[in-house]
Amino acid sequence: MSDEPLVLGIETSCDETGVGLVRGHTLLADAVASSVDEHARFGGVVPEVASRAHLEAMVPTIERACETAGVSLGDVDAIAVTSGPGLVGALLVGVAAAKALSVGLDKPLYGVNHLASHVAVDQLEHGPLPEPCLAMLVSGGHSSLLLVEDVTTGVEPLGSTIDDAAGEAFDKVARLLGLPFPGGPHIDRAARSGSSVAIDFPRGLTSRRDLERHRFDFSFSGLKTAVARWVEARESSGEPVPVGDVAASFQEAVCDVLVRKALDACVDRGVEDLLIGGGVAANSRLRSLAEERAAKHGIRVRVPRPGLCTDNGAMVAALGAEMVVRGREPSTLDIPADSSLPVTEVLL
Amino acid sequence: MLLALDTSTPLVSVALYDDGIVDTATSERPMQHGEQLAPMITAALERVGAIRQDVTAVAAGVGPGPYTGLRVGLVTARTLGLALGIPVYGVCSLDVLGVEAADTAGEPVVATIDARRKELFWAEYDEQGQRLGELHVERPAAIAERLDPGRLVVGAGPQLYPEAFARTGAPERPSAATLALVVAEERAELVDPEPVYLRRPDAVAPGPPKKVS
Ligand SMILES: [Zn+2]
Repeated sequence: MSDEPLVLGIETSCDETGVGLVRGHTLLADAVASSVDEHARFGGVVPEVASRAHLEAMVPTIERACETAGVSLGDVDAIAVTSGPGLVGALLVGVAAAKALSVGLDKPLYGVNHLASHVAVDQLEHGPLPEPCLAMLVSGGHSSLLLVEDVTTGVEPLGSTIDDAAGEAFDKVARLLGLPFPGGPHIDRAARSGSSVAIDFPRGLTSRRDLERHRFDFSFSGLKTAVARWVEARESSGEPVPVGDVAASFQEAVCDVLVRKALDACVDRGVEDLLIGGGVAANSRLRSLAEERAAKHGIRVRVPRPGLCTDNGAMVAALGAEMVVRGREPSTLDIPADSSLPVTEVLL
Repeated sequence: MLLALDTSTPLVSVALYDDGIVDTATSERPMQHGEQLAPMITAALERVGAIRQDVTAVAAGVGPGPYTGLRVGLVTARTLGLALGIPVYGVCSLDVLGVEAADTAGEPVVATIDARRKELFWAEYDEQGQRLGELHVERPAAIAERLDPGRLVVGAGPQLYPEAFARTGAPERPSAATLALVVAEERAELVDPEPVYLRRPDAVAPGPPKKVS
């Protein structure tokens, strides 16, 4: 046995009910129940459907995590939970469950930031985080560039999307192309049969003027509209839509902007480690393009495996364990679920 | 010791029962179930000098009631049950209201809980507090039309829609103390701690993508 703390983490900010167990930097269990199939026919996450599913999944998912890890709840040293940002009704289910565990087990509670958890999770795979590091978080809910000095106290937002999140753009373009929700994996697959230079789609916020005000911000709404226009023009001229080419060219436009801005931020802040997280980090082109270009700048790229990039409880447990190890003050039982929790508030 | 809680209304109600009610508390701030429930439970235990292991069962109001608060109560009850290894019972929150009102008035009553969107969750009870018929969700005017005009209406309805009902009375909301008594004396059906929604989630499947040009 080790002296490292056994931490249980709960994540319910969107449509995944995640319960993870970690001991220090070691992942013991990562149980996830997803309601994604219930949202698929609506083309996006329906908050009430997600909240109902979280309530149903909570206890079975906690039990499954304990079983997988081979621990009993009584062995747990601390509880961590996503307090925000996210869907408020969904967050509340996880926060209330975490408080009940804290009361029932008489163990400290850590209400943590979802975005910081996406950063901390990489420790489970690649060991201690380089300090500082630059984190790019891209998913259906977020697109942020963060300078991380200390993931338990100091996260500085450098930029974020000014309209759609990157993952949202994938979902919307997938829908235009008749591909299922969530769009990311389907675009990635379709893109393999197409050419990334077939269509020259716009790169949002990269003009010289935009770079003055929005150097590290993203915009994907114009790109999405450009793809829609292009597809409509094809359809109205009676020509078939080359799904592979559209998918590959769209994906290239997104990845190009993401990687360009992330590396620009690394160079600007003199940071040598880039960490990519969030569901879009599972995109194969984003990974390869980041590695290819980062190497030229002498920047190391860390990307957790896809299962740890999407929302899960292990990432929350990972951040919680770091809080315990670094001796941070636990949260009180009256903390709220904050749907718009700023990333600078890592611990409530 | 039985821990009872209800979150089917804007306020949180908590009670401890040990051969009789030993503690009861109601929250002061509305719509803050998530912030208030857990501290209210620990405060109640502290007041009676009990520890968490003294709790041998949890009972929770399963609604119907506004969903966000309701879920806070039910996930708390279920997870606490798991952590302590103790049983968790559910009781319909309208039944709790019906029992207390019928006991007080000694006559049949109609119990109501705010359902938002200008509607009420409601059910009818006999003079013993036993439910007659189904749970419903309807507009106040539609409920009044269905009722004998002399029928006593309790709960949120009289507060929110005084003009709709001729005879109104207390209590205004289900209390955890009555909930605990109802469980201890088996005066209502014990059910799984599943929320009573009575409505499907609002969600519509999207049409084809909108044209942009
Ligand atoms: Zn996320």
